[in-house]
Amino acid sequence: MIPLSHYLVLGAILFALSVTGIFLNRKNLIILLMCIELMLLAVNMNFVAFSHYLGDLAGQVFVFFILTVAAAEAAIGLAILVLVFRNRETINVQDLDEMKG
Amino acid sequence: MTFEIPDFVPVIPELFLLGMACAILLADLFIPQARRDITYGLAQFTLLGTFLLTVILASPEARFTFSDSFVADPMSDLLKSMVLLVSAAVFLYSRPYLQSRDLHKGEFYVLGLFGVLGMLIMISAHSLLTLYLGLELLSLCLYALVAFNRDSPVASESAMKYFVLGSIASGMLLYGMSLLYGITGTLDIAGVTQGVVAAAAGSADHSVALVFALAFVVVGLGFKLGAVPFHMWLPDVYHGAPTPVTLFIGAAPKIAAFAIAMRLLVDGLGPLHGDWQGMLLILAVLSLAVGNVVAIAQTNIKRMFAYSTIAHVGFIVMGLMSGIEAGYAAAMFYVIVYAITSAGGFGMILLLSRKGFEADAIEDFKGLNDRSPWFAFVMLLLMFSMAGVPPTVGFYAKLAILQSVVQVELVWLAVFAVLMSVIGAFYYLRVVKYMYFDKPADTAPLPQGTGINVVLSINGLLVIGLGIFPGLLMALTTAAR
Repeated sequence: MIPLSHYLVLGAILFALSVTGIFLNRKNLIILLMCIELMLLAVNMNFVAFSHYLGDLAGQVFVFFILTVAAAEAAIGLAILVLVFRNRETINVQDLDEMKG
Repeated sequence: MTFEIPDFVPVIPELFLLGMACAILLADLFIPQARRDITYGLAQFTLLGTFLLTVILASPEARFTFSDSFVADPMSDLLKSMVLLVSAAVFLYSRPYLQSRDLHKGEFYVLGLFGVLGMLIMISAHSLLTLYLGLELLSLCLYALVAFNRDSPVASESAMKYFVLGSIASGMLLYGMSLLYGITGTLDIAGVTQGVVAAAAGSADHSVALVFALAFVVVGLGFKLGAVPFHMWLPDVYHGAPTPVTLFIGAAPKIAAFAIAMRLLVDGLGPLHGDWQGMLLILAVLSLAVGNVVAIAQTNIKRMFAYSTIAHVGFIVMGLMSGIEAGYAAAMFYVIVYAITSAGGFGMILLLSRKGFEADAIEDFKGLNDRSPWFAFVMLLLMFSMAGVPPTVGFYAKLAILQSVVQVELVWLAVFAVLMSVIGAFYYLRVVKYMYFDKPADTAPLPQGTGINVVLSINGLLVIGLGIFPGLLMALTTAAR
């Protein structure tokens, strides 16, 4: 049997990857959206692992809700991405610098 | 396991709002552009109806429903009423602006109503799941609203920034929640409290894990409230979004963010107060310093308000940090006052703007006294309240927070907050100086005889009325704790 800590470490690694991805990525907005998605999936990993080891179903129900919200979030994120591209013809993160102060 | 039909009475306001928002979404399809005011009327009717239902169903006892995942208690009744009233004022202020810019679409009101629904759910959340769902319902509506003006490059840029940073915040909060769930074995907030007590008394591993989870939760809440160092989205979003949307984001969602901070930190993680007090202390000090100092350098009034919001959040966090009932009541008082004042401040920008002119530079307020002495006076009241000049309500709000901080023997923090407020008074008074002592650059008359004039005047008078009689609202917030 795989101990709980393995799952938690995997979740933590995924989460750390996504956060580093968000902060290091300076090129492409789509990668940013992928990192956000990965972040939610890392949380799902935690929830499912805990839910299994606690023998409590609430965590798995939470995962379903997170998946649904993640889908809605991706839809809105991509819609905003299309707007950004239409208005500026670039999706380079570094070009999003019109406002300063 | 048996299925029980939940008690629907405590959720009647939310159900009404949900039903009406869906109905308006549908009805709006059949309303021609020329008669868009029908959508507006329906939206206002919904908000006021929900407000009346909330007030009628208010009771001094806490009522739980949906397997204890939803609670209606005095705090939720008070905060919901305020959210609904402030949002109704927001819609009212926004309409002329939207009409003059071909932005008067039903989506604004529908997204606004769903956002309000999200706030109500956040305020009433009694489980990590409902809290998260309410938060996401609000955030998703706000992302879409910021990008509402589709042809504006600035708006889409700020929507993207808001989306990315807001999602990171939700992710952090969620990660903290998943750890809390693992440690305590439940999603229910009351259960989390018990689990935290049990875990803290247990092995050292558990206490470390709890503080780890707590750090993520505080970071998530800090993002949502806009506390330094998690404030970077705030100025850009305030600046880039269309002014009515800035008004919407600036006013009511802060009340909801305060409510989830109360539910999670105070109700849920109350036993860990010693741990989160230090974290909130850092947030409060940084917010007060950065907000007040950077606001001085701003020339755009929306950006200036963004930094002033950060400074106000510093005060709210101070109240939460104190960890005593009086401090929570003071923070609740502060957040309500802040929402009313900031609605008025952005309402003034909307009043001065017209087709092709945004009125979002501080210089646009030059000579307002020559153009309209009354509205210059209303703006003066709002600025004095934000700066904390007696007898406006802002003074009393700051005083109550400082009292609670002194009560927990953090006198140095109170002194620091007063010093920062004095620095902050500079940029509020600069607006007053522009209004009264400078010549107007723009002499167009202000719009006459619309509802916005009346409500904005009431809004301004409320600031001084509550300042003279703060006991009315203070009694409500104290009872709500």
